[in-house]
Amino acid sequence: MNILIEILVLIFLPPLLPGLINRTKALIAGRKGPPVLQLYYDLAKLQRKKMVLSSTTSWIFFAGPVVTVAACFLAALFVPQGNLPAPVSFTGDVILFAYLLGLARFFTAAAALDTGSAFEGMGAAREVTFACLAEPALFFGLLVMARLSGELSLSPMLANPWSFGWSPGAAAALALVAAGWFVVLLVENCRVPFDDPNTHLELTMIHEVMVLDHSGPALGLILYGASLKFFVLGALLLRLLVPFSSGNAIGDIMIFLGSMTALAILTGIVESMMARLRLVAVPKILVAVTLVSAFALVLLVR
Amino acid sequence: MNQALDLLLVFVLLMNFLMLGSSWLRVMIRIAAFQGVLLAFMPLFIHHDGSGRVAALALGTAAVKGALIPSLLLRAMRDASIRRETNPYIGFVPSLALGALGTTAAVLFARLLPLSPEHTGTLLVPASLATFLTGFILLTTRRKAVMQVVGYLILENGIFIFGLLLLDAMPFFIEIGVLLDLFVAIFIMGIVLNHIKREFSSFDTEHLADLRE
Repeated sequence: MNILIEILVLIFLPPLLPGLINRTKALIAGRKGPPVLQLYYDLAKLQRKKMVLSSTTSWIFFAGPVVTVAACFLAALFVPQGNLPAPVSFTGDVILFAYLLGLARFFTAAAALDTGSAFEGMGAAREVTFACLAEPALFFGLLVMARLSGELSLSPMLANPWSFGWSPGAAAALALVAAGWFVVLLVENCRVPFDDPNTHLELTMIHEVMVLDHSGPALGLILYGASLKFFVLGALLLRLLVPFSSGNAIGDIMIFLGSMTALAILTGIVESMMARLRLVAVPKILVAVTLVSAFALVLLVR
Repeated sequence: MNQALDLLLVFVLLMNFLMLGSSWLRVMIRIAAFQGVLLAFMPLFIHHDGSGRVAALALGTAAVKGALIPSLLLRAMRDASIRRETNPYIGFVPSLALGALGTTAAVLFARLLPLSPEHTGTLLVPASLATFLTGFILLTTRRKAVMQVVGYLILENGIFIFGLLLLDAMPFFIEIGVLLDLFVAIFIMGIVLNHIKREFSSFDTEHLADLRE
């Protein structure tokens, strides 16, 4: 029963999150903003449209969005939603989780390269550059959790992160991991300090440029996959930030949904407060975040 | 008590990273001042027999490191109208990486040291060595003389943390003497900086590399 609820949440909730982020940004900027459900409307509209396929593209171009959504969905199955355990869990699923996200990224980049456009190639190069700097931060965080819990599976690892032998070193390490994962969340989802999801026509953009040639259902899949990715990484981070449980399944789901909403609003606030970083500053910050996550591990291992 | 101390030391270590990654002089002086104040109150966590000696030392250190020296440095910065380090010998990312390596090495090395039992579990020794290394990196890789003074300050902070180990054994006057030395050193550096400024119209120590008749 719980698993059914979790999978339903997983399928239907993610498109709500970009709507919440955009609404928050609009309200802070003093605008009214699009409806919170805008992405659902967009998805419905895009499903009815025809796809335009360039004659230079091959099957990879269409496989990109499909594999991305499938990989993100599979990765989401390993992440516990709030206090509920993940639908699927086995020893070592941490590695599979991280590399499913890697596979999604690879296919997005491959589809962008498949168009043969220099502009999209540039976007793909930037995306993988930033991703290979953000991935160590994610991994160091996972290593810290593995070390604290002695587990190699996401669900038990994140079951109650703050309870594993409280000490200042462990608490500080967890806080650093949470901060590092928030940055990873912003980078991987192309949020503002690192990338601007609104700029379709700027040379500085990263992720948006890779999907310029996709249209119709393929574009819908990409938008859905992006919101799914936010949901996955958000759920991971929320286990650290909101380690509460209410005792019953309904309450746990409510806490999870509430905290996920709060996370989307927080992201919107961060986006409103900050300007986009210069492109050269992004790798610097990502390396710093990776080093700080490594420092968290050192604090534990000593 | 030791747990609170460890938490403070974690903050000190994080400030080291901030310092290595930042190019803004004002930010660095502020962080150094804050680090100094944090350090100043650490003796209270170790030594709690309620004597006025430790409290007086803490207040004195906080005043010198948190107010006096930063105000001198900020003034030197204003006089020279420099705001940031633009072109260090080793870039910010590599110096951050060096700092992280140094911190890891310090943690590993501290495990090998034959410390007295009450100090073995704490972060005191690793934090001291890591702060020391951070100061050393700042001193050797930055071009601007004011930056190097900040590096010197961090170096001294590292030594201060190490001194916490010996708090019971060290007489009050020695500690005050160290503090006075530090203050005089910064004071003299301020004067030297002014002379460099007047002679070369910049703080870049690059100009000091060649001799002239």
